[in-house]
Amino acid sequence: MAKIMELETAIRENVNDGDFLVMEGFTHLIPHAAAHEVIRQGYKDLTLSRMTPDMIYDQFIGMGRVKKLIFSYAGNPGVGLLLRFRDAVENQWPRALEIEEHSHAAMANAYEAGAAGLPCAVFRGYRGAGLTGVNPNIKSIECPFTGEKLAAVPALNADVAIIHAQRANKNGDVLLEGIIGVQKEAVLGAKRAVVTVEEIVDDFGDISPNAVVLPSWTINAVVVVAGGAHPSYAHGYYSRDNGFYKDWDRISRNRDVFLGWMDENVMKSGPQAFEVHVRKGPAK
Amino acid sequence: MTNITLAEIMTVTAARALKNTDVCFVGIGLPSEACNLARLTHAPEITLIYESGTIGTKPNVLPLSIGDGELCETAVANVSVPEMFRYWLQGGRITVGFLSAAQLDRFGNINTTVIGDYHNPTTRLPGGGGAPEIATSCGEIFITLKHSKRAFVDKLDFFTSIGHGDGPGHRGRLGITTKGPTRLVTDLCVMLPNPDSCEFEVVSLHPGVTREQVIEATGWPLAFARNIIETAAPTAIELAALRDLKQRTADTHAAA
Repeated sequence: MAKIMELETAIRENVNDGDFLVMEGFTHLIPHAAAHEVIRQGYKDLTLSRMTPDMIYDQFIGMGRVKKLIFSYAGNPGVGLLLRFRDAVENQWPRALEIEEHSHAAMANAYEAGAAGLPCAVFRGYRGAGLTGVNPNIKSIECPFTGEKLAAVPALNADVAIIHAQRANKNGDVLLEGIIGVQKEAVLGAKRAVVTVEEIVDDFGDISPNAVVLPSWTINAVVVVAGGAHPSYAHGYYSRDNGFYKDWDRISRNRDVFLGWMDENVMKSGPQAFEVHVRKGPAK
Repeated sequence: MTNITLAEIMTVTAARALKNTDVCFVGIGLPSEACNLARLTHAPEITLIYESGTIGTKPNVLPLSIGDGELCETAVANVSVPEMFRYWLQGGRITVGFLSAAQLDRFGNINTTVIGDYHNPTTRLPGGGGAPEIATSCGEIFITLKHSKRAFVDKLDFFTSIGHGDGPGHRGRLGITTKGPTRLVTDLCVMLPNPDSCEFEVVSLHPGVTREQVIEATGWPLAFARNIIETAAPTAIELAALRDLKQRTADTHAAA
């Protein structure tokens, strides 16, 4: 059963140095507040996977906390390149970064295989793609029935999945709505899961019986962090702060500006700083 | 309408390639602009799909990211990302994939991964995202990209996703059964693959554009079809729809 607790405790009880962490959210519901807590607590030598490692992974990388990154699109969505990631790959700053690069289809299939308890994902992909020549974890397998050659990649099973969702009920069951990405697969494929939510309600009320609900017993910790996805968004609570994504391009361009921003807004801050964003925008 | 720009001609011409019956996998940026213009003009019933899992979406303004809230709110259905790539893309439900690129070669192969060596790049770009499988699973591929020597290169630095590979038969040898790139719209011209060589050649020049201009902006020895025509200029209706869409988009994102 999920325990409802404070963010500081939830991260301390579930994350260790050297862990394989997955923080997912496909442009929506990205767990920024929880990621900041992981950075604040100083965990290092992490392996991180994420289909679209945007701003939060740029922050982990720039702070030197990442040993290996597994990903399929490392950009700042709608803005441009991911500059701390670039600095790490091009100049090994602040440390060398090992990368395992895939396509979106491969990552999505690998998370699903992880949730399904399979050792690998099999799909029709990577035909004629250059990644097959640089990523030894892309292999192929022959269909035993038709002989068709298919792509295979290892399943993704993290030590800890960290996601953000709209609501939990008092029992610790979690509801996700809108663009749901790969969060369900990431949680069910991980050993432990921490979920931050906008609010805890008595019950979910009038929702579709097919709504995405992760039962309490699939999650270790549930934490209320209002605004915890900012500058990403929470459907029904606040909209995407596009201006901040543009600002990130400026902040992350220079190493010292970046480190100064991290010190002020992450290292010396806390989850309560996210609350202000809830009131900022209309529900969308 | 006055002062029509080449960028507007590019978007309108790219939009015209889409049919009302198409199911289109939409890339962000120029493709998204062209696809939504098609929906707002001659193809109101077109199904637009963004890889965030939004199927049949009808945004009022252009999204900044592939997962903006409006895409979800105006969609017929929203599915998970694994379902999007497995059932809808790999399942063969998409008729057209609409892509852009950082680098493109004469066979419509695309690089969005690195400039320089993969392991020691001069510029690390975002990477392929959905492109490697979009390029092989969609019925056909349209590409839209601004013409420049930097983008239209003789040899790609990295092979992110396949177009026609090294020429005729390459896709087939890899077991790919879809058509690949069938149309390329730039801000100077329209190019189609030559049926024999699979190499993109110019078939129409946008109004006011010369052959020399296109040759100058292309990094490979450019081929021209036998009969070059002038691209039909945007109509007043197309241009008004595009300008309204861009104005609404600018107003909305400035207010956010």
